[in-house]
Amino acid sequence: MLRLMPGTNYAGRPGVLLERSAIVSRRGWLAFVSGFFEPVFYLVAMGQGLGSLVGTLPGPDGSPISYAAFIAPGLLAASAMNGAVFDSTFNVFFKLRYAKLYDAMLATPLGPVDIALGEIGWALIRGGLYALGFLSVMAGFGLLVSPWALLALPAALVVAFAFAAVGMAATSFMRSWQDFDLVTLAILPMFLFSTTFYPLSVYPPVLQTVVQCLPLYHAVELMRGLTTGAVHVGMLGNLAYFGVMIVVGVAVAARRLDALLLR
Amino acid sequence: MAVVPAGVLAPRSTGRVPSWPRGVLIVVEGFWTWYRRNWRATAVSSVLQPLLFLLAFGVGFGSLVAGGGQAAQATGGAPYLVWLAPALLAVSAVQSAAFESTYPVLSAFKWQRVYHAMAAGPITPAQIALGHLSWTVAKMALSGAIYVAVIAVFGGVVGPGIVLSLLAAVLTGAAVASLVMAFASTVENEGGPFNALFRFVVIPMTLFSGTFFPVDRLPEWIRPLTVLSPLWHGTELARDAALGVWRPLAVLGHTAVLLGLLAVGTVLVTRLYRRRLTR
Repeated sequence: MLRLMPGTNYAGRPGVLLERSAIVSRRGWLAFVSGFFEPVFYLVAMGQGLGSLVGTLPGPDGSPISYAAFIAPGLLAASAMNGAVFDSTFNVFFKLRYAKLYDAMLATPLGPVDIALGEIGWALIRGGLYALGFLSVMAGFGLLVSPWALLALPAALVVAFAFAAVGMAATSFMRSWQDFDLVTLAILPMFLFSTTFYPLSVYPPVLQTVVQCLPLYHAVELMRGLTTGAVHVGMLGNLAYFGVMIVVGVAVAARRLDALLLR
Repeated sequence: MAVVPAGVLAPRSTGRVPSWPRGVLIVVEGFWTWYRRNWRATAVSSVLQPLLFLLAFGVGFGSLVAGGGQAAQATGGAPYLVWLAPALLAVSAVQSAAFESTYPVLSAFKWQRVYHAMAAGPITPAQIALGHLSWTVAKMALSGAIYVAVIAVFGGVVGPGIVLSLLAAVLTGAAVASLVMAFASTVENEGGPFNALFRFVVIPMTLFSGTFFPVDRLPEWIRPLTVLSPLWHGTELARDAALGVWRPLAVLGHTAVLLGLLAVGTVLVTRLYRRRLTR
């Protein structure tokens, strides 16, 4: 992977970016903290309210689980995706084009790769904290029934990393705010249709295949398997999906930032 | 000294100050002129987004609850899609109202300074506020009408009552838009305040106002809070209208609350615009 990145543009100091982000978010702490509440609101409303309409659903291993236990891992995956994508698209675009933050950073001994890694790293820390918070809420509701759930946190980080990397690569191609409609266009259908709210069996066979190609579907599969304890070998395939996203995303993002900032 | 022909340097002026309502209309016309050239950018958010929600919940989730006795009891016997559609109409009006009244307002004050340009002429801040609000409402009504057509295609319309639902949705959106615009006109910086508004007001309001399930399914302690939500009042109105339920007292009450909020919002927004544009 290191060979894919332009090595000369890396000063080995992405940590200073993390430090900067931490200082900035201490000032905007409300925005930082509020990110945690969104999935919790969804869990309370949907788990309780929609759950009362459907009763139980078949879990990953076929045994029935409550609706709250069904959507909680879906919401966890979706919030990892949403957080990562938001951070790596809207925020990065603003800093790149308007705040000219990266131009300023490049005037210091930092390279584009430091910036890419630093930004993605911060998105991960933030996503990790949200995931941890959400998992504790799930535990509080008694929705974590297996020790495998401990792995849900690292899995959420992998998912967030993959979406952040691809999001950042996509952002480097954006021309204006109008292009962000395309981000919404990709994220919203995924959030709604990737078996977050109801099982795959609802769809006709053709659509099932389409849904199974979406990255969020694989994230939901991972989370649902881990939190309910229905772990199987196929989950490595889900994981591999994100491995590919990370490699491609980071490589493209680093090269594009290089071209955008140092041209 | 060179002679400049009239009309080259400055557009022709009528030399007349427009009447008060005409001033508001001119502001609306200004937004319309921009929109006519840039409407494509909003197609995703205003049409596709509610359509996706309709598909995901009305059709997808609806197929889960189709047979259940619990669900039939909750929706009063109506198919889930029919029960959900008018509420989604209200939700999409409120969401677009909230969004259209935040960043575009801040932008017109701070980044593009469209308001300052308008206020440089004989248009007053109050006319600007009402003009922008009217434009937002008009746009909401238009995308709502498109949405009604989409609902009809998916079989979510059972009668002409859906037209009244649209009116209820637009009224709800107007009330929310006026209040959010008033709030946005006090905001100096992007980010924090708007994020807080969306996360702590708009999203909870969407989830806890009886859109996807009846409010009596909520935990006991949340239920009284729904009365505070304009969306709940709008949803009740829209749903009753679409399903042909006639409860005169409830209709009166909900409409009064929404009109009251709209009145408060309108007064606030005109005052706050005056304050910010004349400082």
